[in-house]
Amino acid sequence: MKNLLAERTVGIKPSGIRKFFDLVSEMDDPEVISLGVGEPDFDTPWHIREEGIYSLERGRTFYTSNSGLKDLRNAICDYLKRTYQVEYNPETEVMVTVGGSEAIDIGLRAVLNPGDEVIIPQPSYVSYEPCTVLAGGKPVILELQEKNEFRLTKEELLAAITPKTKVLILPFPNNPTGSVLRREDLEDIAEVCIEKDILVMSDEIYSELTYGAKHVTIASLPGMKERTILINGFSKAYAMTGWRLGYTCAPHIILEQMLKIHQFAIMCAPTTSQYAAVDALKNGEKDVEEMRISYNQRRRFLVHTFRKMGLKCFEPFGAFYVFPSIKELEMTSDEFAMELLNREKVAVVPGTAFGACGEGFLRISYAYSLDELKHATDRIARFVAEIRKEKGLI
Amino acid sequence: MSELKEKILAIMEKNSKVSVADLAVLLGDTEDNVSRAIYEMEQDKIICGYHTLINWNKVNNEKVIAMIEVRVTPQRGQGFDRIAERIYNFSEVNSVYLISGGFDLMVMLEGKTLQEVAMFVSDKLSPLDSVLSTATHFVLKKYKEHGTIFVSQSPRERMLITP
Repeated sequence: MKNLLAERTVGIKPSGIRKFFDLVSEMDDPEVISLGVGEPDFDTPWHIREEGIYSLERGRTFYTSNSGLKDLRNAICDYLKRTYQVEYNPETEVMVTVGGSEAIDIGLRAVLNPGDEVIIPQPSYVSYEPCTVLAGGKPVILELQEKNEFRLTKEELLAAITPKTKVLILPFPNNPTGSVLRREDLEDIAEVCIEKDILVMSDEIYSELTYGAKHVTIASLPGMKERTILINGFSKAYAMTGWRLGYTCAPHIILEQMLKIHQFAIMCAPTTSQYAAVDALKNGEKDVEEMRISYNQRRRFLVHTFRKMGLKCFEPFGAFYVFPSIKELEMTSDEFAMELLNREKVAVVPGTAFGACGEGFLRISYAYSLDELKHATDRIARFVAEIRKEKGLI
Repeated sequence: MSELKEKILAIMEKNSKVSVADLAVLLGDTEDNVSRAIYEMEQDKIICGYHTLINWNKVNNEKVIAMIEVRVTPQRGQGFDRIAERIYNFSEVNSVYLISGGFDLMVMLEGKTLQEVAMFVSDKLSPLDSVLSTATHFVLKKYKEHGTIFVSQSPRERMLITP
């Protein structure tokens, strides 16, 4: 058959993480410790799971409305108002999606015309670039700088804007760097976006996991709500990754279009998950607080431990990753990760999986117990010392 | 109480083995402050000991654990404290709680055999003047103690690498 495949899809590179995942899986070695996971190590709090089970017992096994259960949309709006002081109309400006990932996809598909440019700050989550391409847009990669602790600055943004720029992706708190934007950073960015008439897709899936100042959503800044597609969800805050549930808030004119794609491609987010999520938003605050305290301790432990190894590691204030630099060891991220896996059986993700500018860095997840982290970092320290010795870097 | 002390307690309650150096890193404070705070809490009897949580089910040497509901007559001027003291002074007794509801004191104790526990109740506890009645319950299985689940759980099925 001629032209069996769609060129646009074929042109997309498989995720760099996938490659590493296959390698680790092939080893199938119980000795391997992985610090490569991008999901919480906690179980979903029992009261939330129980609510899901109860909904099944009650036979709530039907589709919900396309935009999601009314109770859930109301709970989302209450939450956003009380937590981030931003008001959305649950009838017209909110929809429940299959994870934040779906929202990224349909948000881009709803707004992009062929050739429209999307500014994607990297290192960042793996799906913005392919989703942009699949939606017919043109990704413009903006390389965040270590010297700015991987925050997006006004100058960097201005330099990336062209007359074709339509959307800025704002992935903070950031996976993989753990970087967060402060209110003053957001104000600078908002000013540029308003002046240059740019839409913002703000992926705030880690918003509950910040360890310094509380998260601020760019949608809450004056003049921004009307140009922001806000994406959030339940995976990270409530340890609900497998429930596949997220949500997005956007001006009605955009949400209406997103809803059409969702309606035809997905129908509705999983019903059981939606019932559980209502309980998460209403009664889950204490659980989030406990997890945050725990993550914060591990975060301090990792920053301390990597610095003790003599590696440069800026202090991240969000998500559950640290992003130490291995540049001084004269190896690429890929080489380091491979060698570490072979010699010490510790799996970490090379920074390059999140964009070319992740070269020289590693993503280390702290969604692991302190004991596991200790065990793994002991091995990493031994490995780093060995490499230094071999290369005469002492 | 200081915020630091509360944070130290939250960690030590789950892990009394944690070192001062580790606590300082985890809480982002200095070792001096942490060790001073621990010392003060020991002096103030806020920290009363560093025990180990043991699942005795997994050890051959068998133990019998009993929970005994005790109804007593409170004494003038001293309420329940005096009779509680007479009970908690027995070294066999592990814990004594004053309880609201249908009885007054919950006494927990360990013995080597059922017989030993029964003898304690009939010889020592019941004859006390203020004790009106007792009801002894033997523990058959411990599922969870101090927030730790004792029964074995299936291993995690998290993938090794995810974005």
